[in-house]
Amino acid sequence: MNFFLQLLINGISIGFLYGLSAMGFVMIFKSSSVLNFAHGELLALGAFFFLAMVTWVKLPIAAAFIVTLACCFILGFIIERFFLRPLIGEPLIYVIMLTVGLASMFKGLMLLVWGGNLQTYPAFLPEVLGIQWDVINIPPVYTAALIIGIMFLILFGLFFKYSSQGIFMRSVADNQRAALSLGVHVQKVFALSWAIAALVAGMSGIVLGIINGINVHDLSAIGLKVFPVVILGGLDSIGGAIIGGIIIGLLETFTGGYISPSLSDVVPYIVLVFILMVKPYGLFGLAEIERV
Amino acid sequence: MKKLNFHPCGNYKERYEQEITIFETDFGRLWSWIGIFFLFVILPFISSPYFLHVLNMVGIASIAAIGLNILIGYTGQISLGHGAFIGVGAYAAAILATSVNMPFLLTLPMAGLISAMVGMIFGIPSGRLKGLYLTIATLAGQIIIEYVLVHWESLTKGTMGITLPRPSILGMELESDRSFFFLIFCCLIVMIWLAVNLMRTKYGRAFIAIRDNDRAAEGMGIPLFRYKLLSFGISSFYAGFAGAIWAYYMVSITSEPFTLGLSVEYIAMVIIGGLGSVSGSIYGAVFITFLNEILRWLTGIMMNIGVITESGLNVAPLREFFFGTSIVLFILFEPRGLAEVWRIIRSNFRLWPFAY
Repeated sequence: MNFFLQLLINGISIGFLYGLSAMGFVMIFKSSSVLNFAHGELLALGAFFFLAMVTWVKLPIAAAFIVTLACCFILGFIIERFFLRPLIGEPLIYVIMLTVGLASMFKGLMLLVWGGNLQTYPAFLPEVLGIQWDVINIPPVYTAALIIGIMFLILFGLFFKYSSQGIFMRSVADNQRAALSLGVHVQKVFALSWAIAALVAGMSGIVLGIINGINVHDLSAIGLKVFPVVILGGLDSIGGAIIGGIIIGLLETFTGGYISPSLSDVVPYIVLVFILMVKPYGLFGLAEIERV
Repeated sequence: MKKLNFHPCGNYKERYEQEITIFETDFGRLWSWIGIFFLFVILPFISSPYFLHVLNMVGIASIAAIGLNILIGYTGQISLGHGAFIGVGAYAAAILATSVNMPFLLTLPMAGLISAMVGMIFGIPSGRLKGLYLTIATLAGQIIIEYVLVHWESLTKGTMGITLPRPSILGMELESDRSFFFLIFCCLIVMIWLAVNLMRTKYGRAFIAIRDNDRAAEGMGIPLFRYKLLSFGISSFYAGFAGAIWAYYMVSITSEPFTLGLSVEYIAMVIIGGLGSVSGSIYGAVFITFLNEILRWLTGIMMNIGVITESGLNVAPLREFFFGTSIVLFILFEPRGLAEVWRIIRSNFRLWPFAY
């Protein structure tokens, strides 16, 4: 029973991280219908920026965090402006392959600068955040991740509901043409959604880096694990990403705990194939209806 | 004597046969014969063993890239699992050759067929899905196959790998790079011939119709699911065939090369070469293989003169970076690839000096 509880807690916390990582992905897809294969590399870039700020520039943690998020925001802007904007209206394969190309470009760049070894941040989280309750042990990082994650969720909820830019973004996601004819600056919305997505990705990258250490290969593998998460939750639902993430996380830890540890890496993809065959638009996704 | 065909100064095609003819002019036919002569009679005897090895890798990559181009370029189904299908072919050949003792000439097509079957299984989602959903399904296929190759130890020997016997054709043993050269390029020419002619049949036309507009294609009476599955099968057959040759050429295989990275490499070949063009796949294969070799040579030089002293640095990150960059640049500036560049160069020569 204790084993079960610990697995449950682990699964939920890992799943929450997956959900957090998937949030940025969903945001890009929702507004510009681009499937971003470079998402794992965006996570890693955020983690490495933070590392550079903390160890090379030696900024205090809070300042480093804010500078990193600002860098990611600008990076997202640049990616959209120089790489994605020329491809608006081009066939799907070019857009997908562009993000695949960007992914290996960033990955190579990071390997050149930081190498492929595992690196860690200096410890800075207060021990108070750790929860020790009977047999259940939650490390401080997970609590911090939970707090940051919920904070961002609320922030984005408010942003999309009340701010004018958020409403523009939703309108573009809903119907690009109608939004354009009503005077929404669609290109600005695309740029903004990429910037925000890169920011969220950077944030999740930092959290993941604190937990597992920073390694280009691991972080880009998480970028691929985003796919089962978002397909399960529905490609265009931010809440669905979190719930999908938790389900996938639970599935992974239980497979790892009860069946075989090596299988746990593949289970999400096996589930992915089944979901795609049975319910391709996921739990909360909007079904695409094609009319001739 | 038959009248020679030259480039007409307009579109004078009157029948469909003229439209689908492979060589528009007799010069094209002549040049391709000269090319084949040069390839088989001169090239293998003047090039060094290293260059022959590179050419062999180009040949193998070309076969697999043509297969991927049939799927992506002609049928419009984006697959991220091509690397895994090559792996299936390589393992199929290795297992058939070691445990069943199948003769070499039979293992190649058998490996292709097994790979085609696996490919069709992962093509089943294409019945309901299209576009990006299908891409994600093939991504899952890649990761699942990779896992099976490593963990089905009783069959694939896990990370130990399998060593293949030396292949022999009618009692003749293939051992040198040169004998493999003849084998690989004979196979390549047969595969090119098959692919080019496939696209002139009703199947090829159906593929192109599905790519251009799947709903219209269905409206014209093309059973979408069956043709998509067929395209997956043909593409994986090419992949498996190339994988089998690779396994024999490399003598021993492990599951290490058949990762998502390999799939991306092949998509890069197809995009850089030119989507929807058989010759484009070959240009792409040449480009990527030579890029690989140049980068390896470059890192070697930099290591020697001491620009790079870090012992951990190898060719992998540079390769990733240049792959990524070349994919991005081609998509942004010449999305139709090297085939289009070549066409533009040729037509410039033809029209010079009176371009209209």
